[in-house]
Amino acid sequence: MGTSAKQPIIEVDRVAKSFGPLTVLNDLSFAVAPGEKLALIGPSGSGKTTILRILMTLETINGGHIRIDGEQLFHMERDGRLLPADERHLHRMRSKIGMVFQLFNLFPHKCVLDNVTLAPILTGRVPRAEAERRAMELLDMVGLADKARAMPAQLSGGQKQRAAIARALALQPKIMLFDEVTSALDPELVEEVLNVMRRLAHETDMTMLLVTHEMSFAHDFADRVLFFDRGRIVEEGGPDDIFRNPREERTQAFLRKIIAAGQRI
Amino acid sequence: MIDWTGYLPLILQGAWVTAQLTVYGCALAFAVAFAAGLGRLSRHGIVRALASVYIEFFRGTSIFVQLFWVYFVLPLFGLTLTPLEAGVLALGLNVGAYAAEVVRGAILTVPKEQYEACTALNLTRRQSLRHIVLPQAFVVMLPTFGNNAIELLKGTAVVSLISLADLTFQAQVVRAQTGSTAFPFLSILLIYFLFALLISLATRGLERRLARGLDGARA
Ligand SMILES: Nc1ncnc2c1ncn2[C@@H]1O[C@H](COP(=O)(O)OP(=O)(O)OP(=O)(O)O)[C@@H](O)[C@H]1O
Ligand SMILES: [Mg+2]
Repeated sequence: MGTSAKQPIIEVDRVAKSFGPLTVLNDLSFAVAPGEKLALIGPSGSGKTTILRILMTLETINGGHIRIDGEQLFHMERDGRLLPADERHLHRMRSKIGMVFQLFNLFPHKCVLDNVTLAPILTGRVPRAEAERRAMELLDMVGLADKARAMPAQLSGGQKQRAAIARALALQPKIMLFDEVTSALDPELVEEVLNVMRRLAHETDMTMLLVTHEMSFAHDFADRVLFFDRGRIVEEGGPDDIFRNPREERTQAFLRKIIAAGQRI
Repeated sequence: MIDWTGYLPLILQGAWVTAQLTVYGCALAFAVAFAAGLGRLSRHGIVRALASVYIEFFRGTSIFVQLFWVYFVLPLFGLTLTPLEAGVLALGLNVGAYAAEVVRGAILTVPKEQYEACTALNLTRRQSLRHIVLPQAFVVMLPTFGNNAIELLKGTAVVSLISLADLTFQAQVVRAQTGSTAFPFLSILLIYFLFALLISLATRGLERRLARGLDGARA
């Protein structure tokens, strides 16, 4: 895993992003190999969430190119020219990508099972019975089989996040994006979510991008770690390189702060 | 002493007309409110403009004038309506304009994170609206819809001006025939009140049913 011999499944090529006068991503480039587990770390405001949101097409870009599975994400190639992507193109590209949010974003008016089956039924044209059977398998995997009929408001934070993970998995995306999926949880609920993610990392060949402030989890989980600062990748490498022998001054300073705040790395 | 039982059927016929006006008027208002409320949020400028013109026009002119237009002026353009049709049309369009703003406001209360979850699950705009946004917004609309329906009920009395024999019209008939004001107006007061109570109870029952799943909290 993590070899550059395979064609990358994600190629971010000199991407720029700003919100008004604020430049958030600056000439950002990186590539991800199929099946690779990537952790994105870095100080607050460095653009980690922004790049995930861009990959999910929740934000547009101001410059550069992104290719997913060899195809342009925000552009369509027509007769050798690049046109801005239309809704149909985006729809097709999104089917390759799933995302889990910091605040779960479950649908509060639907029970857990319906949260999971809704998209497969609507977009995948999977018959309800089949969608429910597969949803139950996923809920079983995240330890929520007994909560299938519960409403989101009746769940703990950790249960909500596990339901949200099952919901994202139901569409069987090739790429999964996780944005600080445990940072809104009470400390005692973090581990149950991380366990689900560990299993996913080990048991599936999905490509996974993880933004996290949990350094020891990033270490276990990732094949490769990108350290972001001010919209750029300052350093990248295997987890042992980044966490044990960081080369860059800014990476070292960031990790010192994390350790000072009481985290084990 | 007047034998009131002879006049009761007149009042009840009026109640039937008022009930029809209210039910059909609400149905029309409901449909128009969704069309115009969603129109105000459309991506297309022209649709937004049309919806705004409709809403501002019907909120800015009186139901009285609107009813006269529908009943007396439309025939000049070749569209003749029965008094009941004219009443339903005027009431539905009038109350629909107010309810359209309720629809728009309620849709705007659905947090943007819900739309983002829809995008991440690759739902189309239409699917997101139908399965995620509208069901949540509807819970917010419902109490105000109840008020709108009661406003419409109260507004129905205006149709007596185009001599449609609704409750108010029949009360005046009875008063003219008997010279008594107390009986006819006391009985229609009670009937209007009963209808309004029915609307209140129905919306509150529906509210409770819809809120049960949501449990008052967002996930
Ligand atoms: N919609 C927006 N409008 C304006 N500014 C934004 C918007 N979204 C993000 N930003 C800004 O962009 C910068 C990068 O934000 P981003 O959320 O990507 O950081 P992050 O690395 O995920 O930080 P954190 O670790 O705190 O989550 C921040 O300065 C943020 O304030
Ligand atoms: Mg973030």
